[in-house]
Amino acid sequence: MIPFIVFFVCALLAVAGAIMLIVAWEPIHSALSLVLVMMALAVLYLLLGAEFIAAVQIIVYAGAVMVLFVFVIMLLNAGTEERTNWSKFAKIAGLPLAFFLLLAIAHFLSRTAIGSNIANGPGAVSNAGVSTRALSMALFQQYLFPFEATSILILIALLGALILARKDE
Amino acid sequence: MDFINQHPVLVVSLVKIAVLLFVVMTGLAYLTWFERKVVAHIQSRWGPYFVGAHGLLQPLADGLKFLFKEDMTPPASDKLVYILAPFLALALALTAIALIPFGPPSVRVLGQPVFVVANLDIGLLFLFAVTSMGVYGVALAGWSSNSKYPLLGGLRSSAQMVSYEVSLTLSVVGVLLIAGTLNFNDIISGQSGYYLGFIPRWHVIPQIIGFLCYITAAIAETNRIPFDLPEAETELVAGFHTEYSSFKFAMFFMAEYANMITVSCLATILFFGGWLSPFPDSWTWQLYLPGAGLILLGIYCAYDTVVSMRGIAKIQFAVVTMLCLGGGAISLIPQVAPIIQGPFWFTTKVIFFLFFYVWTRGTLPRFRYDQLMNFGWKLLLPVSLANLVITAFVLILPSAARHG
Repeated sequence: MIPFIVFFVCALLAVAGAIMLIVAWEPIHSALSLVLVMMALAVLYLLLGAEFIAAVQIIVYAGAVMVLFVFVIMLLNAGTEERTNWSKFAKIAGLPLAFFLLLAIAHFLSRTAIGSNIANGPGAVSNAGVSTRALSMALFQQYLFPFEATSILILIALLGALILARKDE
Repeated sequence: MDFINQHPVLVVSLVKIAVLLFVVMTGLAYLTWFERKVVAHIQSRWGPYFVGAHGLLQPLADGLKFLFKEDMTPPASDKLVYILAPFLALALALTAIALIPFGPPSVRVLGQPVFVVANLDIGLLFLFAVTSMGVYGVALAGWSSNSKYPLLGGLRSSAQMVSYEVSLTLSVVGVLLIAGTLNFNDIISGQSGYYLGFIPRWHVIPQIIGFLCYITAAIAETNRIPFDLPEAETELVAGFHTEYSSFKFAMFFMAEYANMITVSCLATILFFGGWLSPFPDSWTWQLYLPGAGLILLGIYCAYDTVVSMRGIAKIQFAVVTMLCLGGGAISLIPQVAPIIQGPFWFTTKVIFFLFFYVWTRGTLPRFRYDQLMNFGWKLLLPVSLANLVITAFVLILPSAARHG
């Protein structure tokens, strides 16, 4: 019973945060809404028994990435957003298409293993929880090469951003 | 009674949270008193003296003052974020303390450990998750005030906290490699035992470099002198909380002190054996140390009451004397003495670190901003990284040698 309540509260918070993110006028409000989404997702991970993923979700996304977002917004002192008129197509077909997309996602999810687990309640999968040890074993032994390759890719992107942003001397 | 027996976790947790909140809030208040006293004596002053005996009621007076001050909100501020920021700062700072084990898990009531509110398997990670969110309180306060100095203070402090968080986390990984767990109680139990029969096996001995990095990064992370650039009063008025008044200001204040306590607790747990005693078990006289200490303090207080206190202060200090003597007598009861061993050593170590904090504040000048960044990125980060690599290498060496 309690996991269900927590699940629906956090799911609602996540969706509300995501909507706020798009609707808000102030960039900082958008950033904060995104933080709310991250936190709600972290709680959902906890419900699934993935403690490590939940903690890392908060540390990396809410605690580091979003802090940098907020920092940059503050540094640039970004003003409120300017609005354009919506395109005609989006005005007419937007809502039905969004509804259709949701329906499609729900349909395909309900046919997979994840979907049947959701139907059994959020507590049902908690026994299959990903322990820190199991996760690191997979990451550093089974998938060591892709893991290292990804980190080098990120390093290259970092250097690229640095070179692009540097002023010519 | 039925309800308590049916939901022992819920009931015991709520009681623990209430007691912990009370203790921590009182501790915060008296930490300000402690800090003012120590800094005053470093500077050959008396510090708070007139509100209560030895200024002991000063924190209470300060709290009342904050409560009754006018609570102003700048008209140009972003109201929602302006109010959210201090709540966020204080709530996160207090949440972190719930993870700290103040004593051994073997002391139980209704089958629940007494000395820790939440004993998580990912304790350390969760603590870092909570503290890493602490930047928001400062950054948002600076931004939402819609004023120049707070914005500059908020920017500086976000940059500083993000930079030093890297070193803070890396300096702790060495301990994690040795302990092989993220659970606080397991990390502490792993430090039991003695070198040569009397030197405690605390992680500080193999991880001395990690500890030095940790304590430096921790002072920077909590925005204390010599790293208190976010609120450098000579440059930025009061930094990110310039526009805050009344209890919202007090909340930032409390959050800062709560963070100091958390960081000191973490240093105690990771490097100094948490609630473990520094003396071997065979030295049984250590059971009576807390009681004896309190009674000695009580005797000194009694002497002070009789000799130097006048008027109402005499009555106040007599009460303090009675509390010390009574507490000491209770601690000497054979049934009580073993139970309070854990909390006693834990608190003693934490108070030492808090004293260290105040000590550095009283003696060191403030860094310049470029010095701060250079120090963090060019010295602290490489040193803590090197410490991590060397620790990993030493730990893997025996098994590598075995496998050829």
